[in-house]
Amino acid sequence: MKEVRLLGAWSSVYCHRVIWALKIKGVDYDYSEEDLQNKSNDLSRYNPVYQRIPVLIHNGKSLVESIIILEYIEEVWPHNPLLPADPYERAEARFWIKYLEDKSPTFYSYFRATGEEQEKLATEAKDVLKTLEEKGLREKTFFDGKQIGLTDLCLGWIACWLELMQEAAGVKLLEPDNLSRLHAWSRRFKDVPEIKDNIPDEDKMLAYFKGLRERFTASPAS
Amino acid sequence: MAMKEVVLLDSWACPFSMRVRIALAQKGVDYESKEEDLLLPKSELLLKLNPVHKKIPVLIHNDRPVCESLVILQYVDEVWNHTNPLLPFDPYQRAQARFWADFIEKKTFETTQRVWATKGEEQEVGKKEFIDHFKFLEQQLGDKPYFGGDSFGYVDVVLIPFYSWFYAFETLGDFKIEESCPKIIAWAKRCMQKENVASSLPDQEKVYEFVLAYRKKLGVD
Repeated sequence: MKEVRLLGAWSSVYCHRVIWALKIKGVDYDYSEEDLQNKSNDLSRYNPVYQRIPVLIHNGKSLVESIIILEYIEEVWPHNPLLPADPYERAEARFWIKYLEDKSPTFYSYFRATGEEQEKLATEAKDVLKTLEEKGLREKTFFDGKQIGLTDLCLGWIACWLELMQEAAGVKLLEPDNLSRLHAWSRRFKDVPEIKDNIPDEDKMLAYFKGLRERFTASPAS
Repeated sequence: MAMKEVVLLDSWACPFSMRVRIALAQKGVDYESKEEDLLLPKSELLLKLNPVHKKIPVLIHNDRPVCESLVILQYVDEVWNHTNPLLPFDPYQRAQARFWADFIEKKTFETTQRVWATKGEEQEVGKKEFIDHFKFLEQQLGDKPYFGGDSFGYVDVVLIPFYSWFYAFETLGDFKIEESCPKIIAWAKRCMQKENVASSLPDQEKVYEFVLAYRKKLGVD
């Protein structure tokens, strides 16, 4: 058994952040796919508080919550750094990572909603993307500067999955002409070799989102 | 207007601000405090320095703002790394500290809000959730003197400010936290024996008066 093991799910954005970090650091690991509809005993054992993936197990000890796992990876394997050296820039990275975490419910809700409510949530979601572009990314190549970093990995779902999500949801959030810098960042992000080689098949992902969307919108409103 | 090297946009009753005050005191950092009145509209300075969230605390160091209390705590720990580390040295222990700080951050404020900012049936439900939450934290503390182990650390800094609101919760909710969570109270009193903590937290009865005024502002009373 390898020193590092990852419990994950192929469709999980959170899991992919960790995979990307491990790949960039060149860390070898064993991967176990969790069936999210039928969680294993391992998951309860290693993550008793939240019982969710990803879980990183390193030398028998478990790390949970993707952002905490990313900070751990950065500290244990400091080569190919994913956080800037300067404390102020590190604070900026952590600020934007937390901002996204705080705003994630808006995107989940937009994906589940229909009609007027969805339009309203789409507007809120677009404002979040605008803030990320204008105040977070600004004129930089990546959120973390010249190279990709933890902020980019945490925002990576915008590059890899938002277009598929919005196709399934039927209301667009990100388009080349409305958030051009964010759109350009998305293209650059997906071109990074460790990212490009570790994204699930787009057709499979689109089918997954469409299936989710059908489930959410088929349920009665109450 | 010339500012000191370190300025804190602060509010005396705010638990998130208290975290930063404790951290700066731990590190022996000299700073200027600029008070934001939570009962009044937000100041121009706050809106300028934290345009995204418009919330305190904001730490201004060499004219650059750092926002979000947990981000500020880690920044303070990294910049003034010569003394009293907040986070442990070992990466696994650091991950554990971050996990519990994050857990407290996700759940505690909203849980307490359902006690101090509600009444009637809603408050009764809130009280039960409050006790369950602090009982769970009490289990995590176990028999350790601090959440960090033998030394006062990051998780203690993140949680202890809520203790300054306990009199307000107990009076408004008509319950005694010590009856359900004696170890949490013992831990809190232990923390309060530290000068850096005691000098950073406000008087509990003053907080109660503030909460009454805040309830009026929110339209609860």
